Amino acid sequence: MYQTTYHRASSVDEAASLFGKSSEAKFLAGGQTLLPVMKQRLAGPSDVIDLGKIKDMIGVEASGDTLTIKAATPHYDVATSDTAKKAIPALAYLASLIGDPAVRYRGTIGGSIANNDPAADYPAALLALDATVKTNKRSIAAGDFFKGLFTTALEDGEIITAVSFPVPAKAGYAKMRHPASRFALTAVFVAQTKSGEIRVAATGASQSGVMRVGAIEAALKANWSPSALDSISIPASGLLADIHGTAEYRANLVKVMAQRAVAAAG
Amino acid sequence: MSTVKLTVNGKAVAVDVEDRTLLVHVLRDHLNLTGTHVGCDTSQCGACVVHMDGRAVKSCTMLAGQADGANVTTIEGIAKGDELHPMQAAFRDNHGLQCGYCTPGMIMSAIDIVQRHGGQLDEATVRQELEGNICRCTGYHNIVKAVLDAAGRMKVSQAAE
Repeated sequence: MYQTTYHRASSVDEAASLFGKSSEAKFLAGGQTLLPVMKQRLAGPSDVIDLGKIKDMIGVEASGDTLTIKAATPHYDVATSDTAKKAIPALAYLASLIGDPAVRYRGTIGGSIANNDPAADYPAALLALDATVKTNKRSIAAGDFFKGLFTTALEDGEIITAVSFPVPAKAGYAKMRHPASRFALTAVFVAQTKSGEIRVAATGASQSGVMRVGAIEAALKANWSPSALDSISIPASGLLADIHGTAEYRANLVKVMAQRAVAAAG
Repeated sequence: MSTVKLTVNGKAVAVDVEDRTLLVHVLRDHLNLTGTHVGCDTSQCGACVVHMDGRAVKSCTMLAGQADGANVTTIEGIAKGDELHPMQAAFRDNHGLQCGYCTPGMIMSAIDIVQRHGGQLDEATVRQELEGNICRCTGYHNIVKAVLDAAGRMKVSQAAE
């Protein structure tokens, strides 16, 4: 790892101010992505600003029809939160599938979505549930937040403080886990909002990162059941292909995972 | 350089380290607690697992500064004098180790697993929960046996306390 200067911020304002004073700073939450990248010398920030101990940024809250997960909440706390399990069980289930237990104790929702790995879990939930990303400057709809591989709408120095999820009528998540990395080879989150809108998002599939799947949304709108997708065919163009699976394989996984997610949602 | 203050295995310590220092290097190089191993150094193998404020974490994937003020328990801190922790005893009795390199991390993760699941532990759950710990000897069968054995022993010893 290159030399760096570590700062522990005690508030969001302090973190933003530290960022402004540094030449090439990075925010650190759980560190389960940033630190491995720094160890490989693929990143060499002059300063790392630790957000993990800011009390206002940790916790899970439900109010009315909204579930709010503060940005520095570790995956383990979401997976085991009674509040999250009651409001959106599919979201707590998703958190329980990220990485391994030690990673889930440290990794956070804010870190995951700020990194926007094309095979990460949370982006699919945000997009399918039409969540809102709250930052220290503004609110950003999930559909406007994810901008492609490892790219988001965040400006330099902008800090995610929380994610708000409208509680859906039904939701389900199904993931084909890579057996070693535990990232999604492909995973699909399906949701039926309380107003009846169907939203489906796939991660691990597209070369452009998390994506909505219009064909599946339309089929589920007509008939909310796994069998409604039997005759759907997802085009392989634009999908990821690597040693773990071809684009055609992933195209089929999008459909199969969607069917399993609908079955799980009930 | 920064001063990092920790409580390690019940003892208060302060070390002056570069900010880029990882927790595992504080433990091994500054405190000579070499039971915590660096296996893959890429957050995958779990040989470096320690408990921080009661949670099993990968000490190769934490800056020392992130642990400032924390209570850290390593493999050296779980026995009571000459009396092995029930998980250590179960690993010995069930031949839950071959070369032993992964064992400290396995044991620290396994204690965390038993604490989270209590009496609800079965073989499938243990195998699933050990996903973050890799044994290069591939001796998982006896490791799983040891964890299930220890789960019973830990229940008994908790009941006795």
